[in-house]
Amino acid sequence: MLHTLSIAELGRLLSAKEISSIDLTHHFLARIERLNPALNALITLTGDAALAAAALADARRARGENGPLLGIPLIHKDIFCTDGVRTSCGSRMLDNFVAPYDATVVARLKADGAVMLGKANMDEFAMGSSNETSYYGPVRNPWDTTKVPGGSSGGSAAATAARLAPFATGTDTGGSIRQPAALTGVTGVKPTYGRVSRFGMIAFASSLDQAGVFAHSAADAALVLQSMAGFDPRDSTSIDAPVPDYAATLNAPLAGLKIGLLREFFEGLEARNSALIHDALKIYRELGATTVEVSLPHLPMSVPTYYVVAPAECSSNLSRFDGVRYGYRCKNPKDLLDLYTRSRGEGFGAEVKRRIMTGTYVLSAGYFDAYYLKAQKVRRLITDDFRAAFTQADLLIGPTTPTPAFAIGAKIDDPVTMYLNDIYTIGANLAGLPGLSLPCGYVDELPMGLQLIGPHFSEAKLLNAAHLYQGATDWHRQAPRGYES
Amino acid sequence: MSLTRQDVEKIARLARLSITEEEMPVYVTSLSSIVNFVDELARVQTDQVEPMAHPLDGQQQRLRADVVSESDHHEKYQTNAPEVQAGLYVVPRVIE
Repeated sequence: MLHTLSIAELGRLLSAKEISSIDLTHHFLARIERLNPALNALITLTGDAALAAAALADARRARGENGPLLGIPLIHKDIFCTDGVRTSCGSRMLDNFVAPYDATVVARLKADGAVMLGKANMDEFAMGSSNETSYYGPVRNPWDTTKVPGGSSGGSAAATAARLAPFATGTDTGGSIRQPAALTGVTGVKPTYGRVSRFGMIAFASSLDQAGVFAHSAADAALVLQSMAGFDPRDSTSIDAPVPDYAATLNAPLAGLKIGLLREFFEGLEARNSALIHDALKIYRELGATTVEVSLPHLPMSVPTYYVVAPAECSSNLSRFDGVRYGYRCKNPKDLLDLYTRSRGEGFGAEVKRRIMTGTYVLSAGYFDAYYLKAQKVRRLITDDFRAAFTQADLLIGPTTPTPAFAIGAKIDDPVTMYLNDIYTIGANLAGLPGLSLPCGYVDELPMGLQLIGPHFSEAKLLNAAHLYQGATDWHRQAPRGYES
Repeated sequence: MSLTRQDVEKIARLARLSITEEEMPVYVTSLSSIVNFVDELARVQTDQVEPMAHPLDGQQQRLRADVVSESDHHEKYQTNAPEVQAGLYVVPRVIE
């Protein structure tokens, strides 16, 4: 039952030599082999390299080294470049791309001895909220395989929920860690913009993208984030500031903590979802926190703002895929323009092309001021709203998603309905704030997420608040049926 | 605002994307609905508001010393290229 243990418990077994990293890696590889076919959560398996990395971790332990992630298996979202391993970003465009270097996130976790088992499925170029836009087919939610796991980091979320690894990496541009974490009943952390390096993480919207973690608890996530976070000179927006010891403050008392309830998050919220949030608030009051209602009047504009800013940045970023230097190239191009347009037209899927065209439109002559510049102004108003809210509250609490996981196929033909699924998560990306989603109960027997949002660089406080909630509840320990043992 | 087929053809041309006959009506409809949706932004009063391009506003662009920090990896990088000759990327002839 190694997959039910926390990272700290696994670390104790490893350092006591009761198990080896090789044993642990075999255990999770066997689970992946048995359980992944029904989920499609992983699209590349690296079993041989994993066993070699595990042997190395065991050798390091034998030499007396010790570290919280030394010998602990993980799964990387396939958006992170992994040296010598296919890095597809869920796209036909990169189906044949073998990354020639490691992303900083990959390199840091590797240096700390974490063992990569494989690469996780994802929405194509991280554009999607259901993991249905992947070239490799949809990921299925382990709680109900007719439902989506959320997206874009749907493979990482489903794999974590199914206990295919102790943790997985993800990225969050508009909710792509928090939303799938909520829909699969795991803990997901999106750090402050700039806290974790974006180097080697295939770019979608560069002013919004941030790497983070899926884990089975806030305490596990704290250990992983400790390894991932920190300054990287190779990322021009990386923040050069010390990283606090996240594990050290997990048990700090919450007495006096002021929790802000976002009025706009509760307006129109379904009663059963609202009841779960109020149950969580009751626990926080018992832990000594107080609550205050706050308002972010511009928050309802966050989805339209995002769907101008993110496509604009994506249309620029994805212009690098031209069929010349790497990636898909069409057959028999008749000239250079044909090579560009058909390589891109055939290499990208429907949603990616839709976003590139949306972005191209809002940046084009005659529309730039009305859309792109306008959205950048509204982005500031939303950010200012958050700043004002944090003068009244230490952190904000609300739902992560409006509904539990929806059926595969239910929203894929209606982009605006799909986009509105990110209504509660997008604000934090626009303002660059850290956010965390943790399981807080069920609606229709499907997990729901409680979202915490804090000021810039408040990851330690978010993890602390999540950890104490998880000390008083056991939602995070519940696995979907069929994946416990 | 509703986009026409001509609008979408122009956008696709600017974006260097070939769009098939079957895809075209889907994009005319869905891009129109997205543009209608983001048109809501026009209702927000933004006079005197500075556009925000980056979430950490005050951050300075870092500079580094002008010294070599990377070695040459072109052979490794070009293993991903569709076609290479003598260390150069090959594309269809541009100049007759």
